Amino acid sequence: MLAALIGFNVLTSIAELLLLVIGLGMIYGLMRIINLAHGEFLMLGAYATVVSAHAGVNLWVAMLIIAPLFVGLFGLLVERTLIRFLYGRMIDTMLATWGLSLGLIGLVTSIFGTTVRGVSAPLGSFAIGPYNASLYSVFTIIVALLTVLGLFVLLRATKFGLIVRATMQNPEMAAALGVPPGRVYMATFGLGAALTGLAGGVIAPVSGVAPGMGAAYVARAFITVLGGGAATITGSTLASTLFGTIDQVVTFWTTPVFGQVALLLFAVVMIRMLPQGITGRFFRRSI
Amino acid sequence: MSRSFLATLALMIVVLAGLPMIAGLFGLVQATLFISMAVLALSQGFIWGYGGIMSFGQSAFFGLGGYAYAIAAIDLGESTLPLALAILVPTLFAALLGYFMFYGRISDAYVGVITLTVTVILFNVANSTAGDAWRIGQAALGGFNGIPSVPPLNVPGQPDNQLSPAALYGVAAVLLVMVYALLRGLLATKFGRVVVAIRENETRAMLLGYDPRLYKTITFAIGGGIAGLAGCLFTNWGGFVSPTVFGLQQAAQVIIFVLLGGLGTLIGPILGAVAVQYLIIAIGTQQTFNANLILGIVLLAFVLLIPRGVLPSLGLLAERIAARPAPDPAPAAVEARP
Repeated sequence: MLAALIGFNVLTSIAELLLLVIGLGMIYGLMRIINLAHGEFLMLGAYATVVSAHAGVNLWVAMLIIAPLFVGLFGLLVERTLIRFLYGRMIDTMLATWGLSLGLIGLVTSIFGTTVRGVSAPLGSFAIGPYNASLYSVFTIIVALLTVLGLFVLLRATKFGLIVRATMQNPEMAAALGVPPGRVYMATFGLGAALTGLAGGVIAPVSGVAPGMGAAYVARAFITVLGGGAATITGSTLASTLFGTIDQVVTFWTTPVFGQVALLLFAVVMIRMLPQGITGRFFRRSI
Repeated sequence: MSRSFLATLALMIVVLAGLPMIAGLFGLVQATLFISMAVLALSQGFIWGYGGIMSFGQSAFFGLGGYAYAIAAIDLGESTLPLALAILVPTLFAALLGYFMFYGRISDAYVGVITLTVTVILFNVANSTAGDAWRIGQAALGGFNGIPSVPPLNVPGQPDNQLSPAALYGVAAVLLVMVYALLRGLLATKFGRVVVAIRENETRAMLLGYDPRLYKTITFAIGGGIAGLAGCLFTNWGGFVSPTVFGLQQAAQVIIFVLLGGLGTLIGPILGAVAVQYLIIAIGTQQTFNANLILGIVLLAFVLLIPRGVLPSLGLLAERIAARPAPDPAPAAVEARP
C-alpha cells in the first residue's frame, strides 16, 4: 500500500509540474521566448482565483475560468506593450520580462500587502489502504492531462494550430500567404499566459498565495523546460515525468528542498550530455 | 597603460581617499556597503560585458562568498583563511558549473536560465537550514534568519586586533581599486584579448585555435571569485549574512548595476552600483513605492530605451556632438545605432 501511495504522489508531482511548465514551454517552444515573469503570471492566476473566491464567486469558476482569462488578457497586453518590440533579441526579452517580474511583485505587494492568503482545498480525501490521499490531487492530475491533450489537439489538428506552427517556422512565408504574423504571435503568447494562469489557479488552494510565491516554482519550471528541449509539448511531458519522479522520490526520503537540489544536479549533468534537451535527440519531429 | 585608465584610476583613488574627510562614520559604513556592491558589479561587468557570458545568478557566488566567510570566521576565530575561502569556494563552484555549461555548449539564454535557477535553489536551501541539525562546527546556519554576529576582518596574524568600521572602509576601498586595476590589467593581456575575441565571434576565435569552452570557464570562475570577495565585504559590512544574498532581488540588482552603467566598461558598473544602491536606500526611507516596483521599472526602461547603458550612450552622444561641426561628417559617425 505504501508503494501505491508513493506512486500516487509521484503522479501528482508529475501532473503539477506539467501544469506549471506547459505555458512556459509553449511560449518557449513556439516563439523562442523565455518568460522570466512566468512565476508572476502564476502568482497573478492564484490571486485572481483567491480574490474572486473571497468575493463570492464559485471556486471552480474562479480557478478554471477567471484565472486563465485574466492572465491570458494580461499576457496579450504584455505582448503588445513589451514583447513585440524585442522579437529576435532573446537576452533582451529575458531581461525585460525579468523587469516585468520585479514590477509585478512590487505592484501586487503595494496592493495586497505581503500577507499570505489562501482558499481551503475543496474535495475531501480517499483511502489508499491505511493512508489518506487527497482527492484534489486526482483533480490536478485530470486537469493536467486534459490541458496537455487539448493543447496537443489544438496545435496538431486544428487550422489555428497549423497557422501557428507555420508562422513560427517561417513568418515571411506565412505573411505572404495572408496570415498576419503579429496577430499570431500575440495569440500564442496570450494562450501561453492563459495556461500559466490556469496553473496558478489550480495550485492556489494547495499553496500559500503571496506576492513572492513565484520564486518557489520557477526554478523547477525553468529546468524542466530546458530539459524538455525544443519540441515543447512532448518535451515538457517527458521532462515533467522524469523530473517529477526524481523530485518526489528524493523529497520522500529527505525534504522538498533537496528534491529541488537533486533536480538541479540532474539537469546540470543532463545538459552536458543532451545540450538540446530530451527532444534535441529523441522524438525530434514531435511538437 | 592607456591614459584614460590612469586618469580613471587616479580619480577613483582621490574619491575613495577623500571620502573619510567629508563623510562621518555612518557615511563610511554606508560607503562600505556601496563598495561591496561595486565589486559585485565589477564581476558581472567583467563576465557579461567582456566575456559575453550571460549570468543571471551572480548573486549565487556573492552569497557563497558571504556564507563561506561567515562560517569559517566563526569556526576559526580569525579572518585570513576565511577571506581566502570566501574567494576560493565561489571560484571552484563557478568553475564546476561553468564546466558543465560551457562544455555542453549551451546557448546564452540557457546559461542565463541555469545560473538563475542555481541562485534560486541556493536561496531555498539556505532558507531551509534552520535548527540544530544545520551546524558547521560552531556556526549555526540559522535558516531564514541567517548567521548573526560574524566577526569582522582582523589584522592578519592578530585575531584580537579586529578592524574598526573606518578601517574596514579602508580595506574595502583598497580592494575595489585592486580588483578594478587587476581586471583592466587582465584585459590587456593576451588572455583578455582572447576573451573579448570570443565574445565578438566565437566561431572565428575557435577556428584560430582558441578553445572558447576553456576561456569561458576560466572567465566565469574569475567572475565567481570576485563576486565571492564582494560577498565577504558585504558580510563584514553588516556583521551578518542571510539567505537574501541569494535572492532574486539581489540577482536582478546586479544586472541593473551593469545595464545602467554600461556594458563593456568597468567603471560603468561601479557607478551603476552606487546609483542603484543609493536609489534603494532612498526608496527604503519612504513608504509610497515598493523597491521591487521601482527596480522593475528601471530594468524595463533600460532594456527598451537605453540598452547600451548610460556611460556608452553618453560617449556616443559626445562623439556625435564632436562630429557635428566637421565640414563633411563621415556618415558612419553620425548614423544612429540600434
